[in-house]
Amino acid sequence: MFTNAAFFSPACEKRSVLLEHWSCLNSTATSVMASRHTHAKRIEGLDKNVWVAFTSLAADPSIVNLGQGFPDIPPPSYVKDALAKAASVDRMNQYTRGFGHPSLVKALSQVYGKVYSRQVDPLKEILVTVGGYGSLFSTIQGLVDEGDEVIIVEPFFDCYVPMVRMAGAKPVLIPLRPKPGKKTVSSADWYLDPDELSAKFSSKTKAIIINTPNNPIGKVFTRGELQMIADLCIKHDTLCFSDEVYEWLVYKGHQHVKIATLPGMWDRTITIGSAGKTFSVTGWKLGWSIGPEHLIKHLQTVMQNTLYTCPTPLQEAVAQGLLLNYKLMGQPDCYFSSLAEELEGKRDHLAAILQEAGMSPVVPEGGYFMLVDVTPLNQDLSHMGDDEAYDYKFVKWMIKEKKLAAIPVTAFVGEESKEQFEKYIRLCFIKVDHKMSMGKNVPPFISFWFAAMETNLITF
Amino acid sequence: MGIIRILAPYLTLLRPNLVQNHQLIMARRLYASRTIGVDKNVWVEFTQLAADYKAVNLGQGFPDFSPPQFVQDAFCKAVSGGPQMHQYTRAFGHPRLVKSLAKFFSRVVGHEIDPFEDVLVTVGAYQALFCAFQALIDDGDEVIIVEPFFDCYQPMVLMAGGTAVYVPLRPKGGSSVLSSGDWVLSAEELASKITPRTKAIVINTPNNPLGKVYKVEELQMIADLCIKHDLLCFSDEVYEWLTYDGAKHVKIASLPGMWERTITVGSAGKTFSATGWKVGWAISSGKLIKHMKIIHQNSVYHCATAAQEAVSHGFDREYELFGTPESYFQQLPATLHQKRQKLASCLRSVGLQPVMPEGGYFMITDISSVNVDLNDESTKNESYDFRFVKWLIKEKGLATIPVSAFFSPEHSKEFDKYIRFCFVKEDSTLEAAEEILRKWSQKE
Repeated sequence: MFTNAAFFSPACEKRSVLLEHWSCLNSTATSVMASRHTHAKRIEGLDKNVWVAFTSLAADPSIVNLGQGFPDIPPPSYVKDALAKAASVDRMNQYTRGFGHPSLVKALSQVYGKVYSRQVDPLKEILVTVGGYGSLFSTIQGLVDEGDEVIIVEPFFDCYVPMVRMAGAKPVLIPLRPKPGKKTVSSADWYLDPDELSAKFSSKTKAIIINTPNNPIGKVFTRGELQMIADLCIKHDTLCFSDEVYEWLVYKGHQHVKIATLPGMWDRTITIGSAGKTFSVTGWKLGWSIGPEHLIKHLQTVMQNTLYTCPTPLQEAVAQGLLLNYKLMGQPDCYFSSLAEELEGKRDHLAAILQEAGMSPVVPEGGYFMLVDVTPLNQDLSHMGDDEAYDYKFVKWMIKEKKLAAIPVTAFVGEESKEQFEKYIRLCFIKVDHKMSMGKNVPPFISFWFAAMETNLITF
Repeated sequence: MGIIRILAPYLTLLRPNLVQNHQLIMARRLYASRTIGVDKNVWVEFTQLAADYKAVNLGQGFPDFSPPQFVQDAFCKAVSGGPQMHQYTRAFGHPRLVKSLAKFFSRVVGHEIDPFEDVLVTVGAYQALFCAFQALIDDGDEVIIVEPFFDCYQPMVLMAGGTAVYVPLRPKGGSSVLSSGDWVLSAEELASKITPRTKAIVINTPNNPLGKVYKVEELQMIADLCIKHDLLCFSDEVYEWLTYDGAKHVKIASLPGMWERTITVGSAGKTFSATGWKVGWAISSGKLIKHMKIIHQNSVYHCATAAQEAVSHGFDREYELFGTPESYFQQLPATLHQKRQKLASCLRSVGLQPVMPEGGYFMITDISSVNVDLNDESTKNESYDFRFVKWLIKEKGLATIPVSAFFSPEHSKEFDKYIRFCFVKEDSTLEAAEEILRKWSQKE
């Protein structure tokens, strides 16, 4: 055995050899018994994760990573300064209020009070979580029971399905479909069929999860579409979990509408937001859930039994960032709108170059992803076997041969919809990476785009 | 007509409020059944009370002094580092941090720890515990909890569908129970609680609230039972560096046969006096960590990058200085040793009987000799120590925590005459507390 202070003594080393030998023998004997240590049933079938798989593939620095959704541009300097300042205050390095740091929930209450045009109680109607991800988890764990059904719109941010399954509930999927007779040139060309959606509601339906702006398509649901969903929620008495982490990234001609503001919806909706996506600080992992007290209190129960509280200095810094931008709301230099403007330029350049090269980009109305239809490339991947969808193979091929990483879109859909989406890959355009050593045999469209980046056609 | 149109949206918004007191939103239950019985939380209640009365706070366990300069510097450096410091890092733990942890603890445990397989970084030790319970405890499993226990273990067992079975540390026979070392576990009592459904045992050393530092023979006794009955062991060691009077912290995972069945939980918050950073970890055999990773990737997925980077630098520094007087792991316990003495003498001077902790942040005190009229209708139905603590906050402006909160319902009545103080506070805070206690004892 080793105590923390004892390791210096030479006798230790002899003992360590003996003990290692001994524990080796012991473990052989106990490994037979150790098979009794099965994992809990709740994690069965949840081990696969597209990010874990593709992030390691793309980790090689020579690969240009347009896969995972995070900026490689710096966050606004005032937000970093606020963090440094917060960390220099003694009290800010210790525990804060479990359900959300007081200055942060107050700032959220102000910003969203304005956005919702209603009072949002900072203590009872807001929960601060570890990213939007943590909000989804608290919401699902707090409100979804075994045997419940949860409707999920495809393509969906991939964690929705495993989280619903971990709660012992059944995901019921419904795909966004391209409007008949139309080529998919914009994310607005995808829609939810009202009859199809209606048929998915059953007596077991507890909630529907929507994501607007949508990841990966970039669709921004219109008021009419949200009203259609809201009518069904009210008719079938279900909850609505609205993932709105990209709420500020909406491009010209489109408006982000909060389903919680539709009549009858505030009391049955949890709306999720993210500091990471709002301030380009995904590595801060702070998010929030906003909703009525009678729902938020159950999320708070989950929070106090899972990780209890989020980091203090990060929350203080986000509070400062929100307050600063609250004062600028509606003005051009408010980060909530200025980031969207900058990204719109990148979006348009990328789309134009892809189109010029004969590709079919799906121009997003919001968010920072773009789907690209790779069918025109006609890439033969039969040598890669047939146990994976085409887009998985294509992305792996592209990483290996073209040193460019994207994400396969079938990661975001269920089995039955795979065929509908397997010719699409997802690119993230909140990037400014100039370090591309792509070299050999790059398809023309890609080199075009990177040439454009290098000559500062796309700038930040 | 126009007025009605204008008012209509406001009327529909009002409608749900009008029905709020009955039916509410759904005909069936809103909340998931896993949240039943885990909604109450002692910290939420008492932290609020301490704040409301602006009490001198020796209640919740966090330092009121700053983390050491070197980790604060490391944090600032990380914050002003490249853009990648503010974006997602590796989900199961920032590479630099898991490597630092593996290197540091391999040397301590005497076992090669693989940074990518055997370590999971979490949002505080709290989340590491959550991952352990969720990944490994199933409906119907029994989990033995040694009491007094950090209060979250019980609701976490419940939320995982398990059943908590309690075994108390008891003061050894005899009148003067002056040290946490005098509280012991009965081997027979522990063995009697094991059934074919027992999956795991949870221990906490140094213990919160008692401060007990389990001796190697005590851990060996527990280890023997784990091996005999093929149990897992969740060992909460967040206070591992804080031992006093020569007590030695022993890692149960380093005992023979225990590595592959023990999950050891640690905390940067307690290690570096930075509880607000919420960086913790679980270290175990890869076979157990892999299950915890699944919970982690489906709950929070990543932890904050910059804080992990800073903690990594902290561990690298401590690796080099380990065992030397410059090591924070020597300096912090030495400082706290003084504070512990200070609080203990202050409590004795007013006639209270502290139980000297061998480790950790806390000291419990027997209040049975104190005679006060707890004249508070609102706390009438609560246990004595809960009532006493609330009275102490409201009437004397001193915040502590009732110790029966750390015991199971079946045993809490046996232990409702103790309150817990945190002594990891600036001297000025301890002096303010001393002042309150002195004034109080003089009045009597």
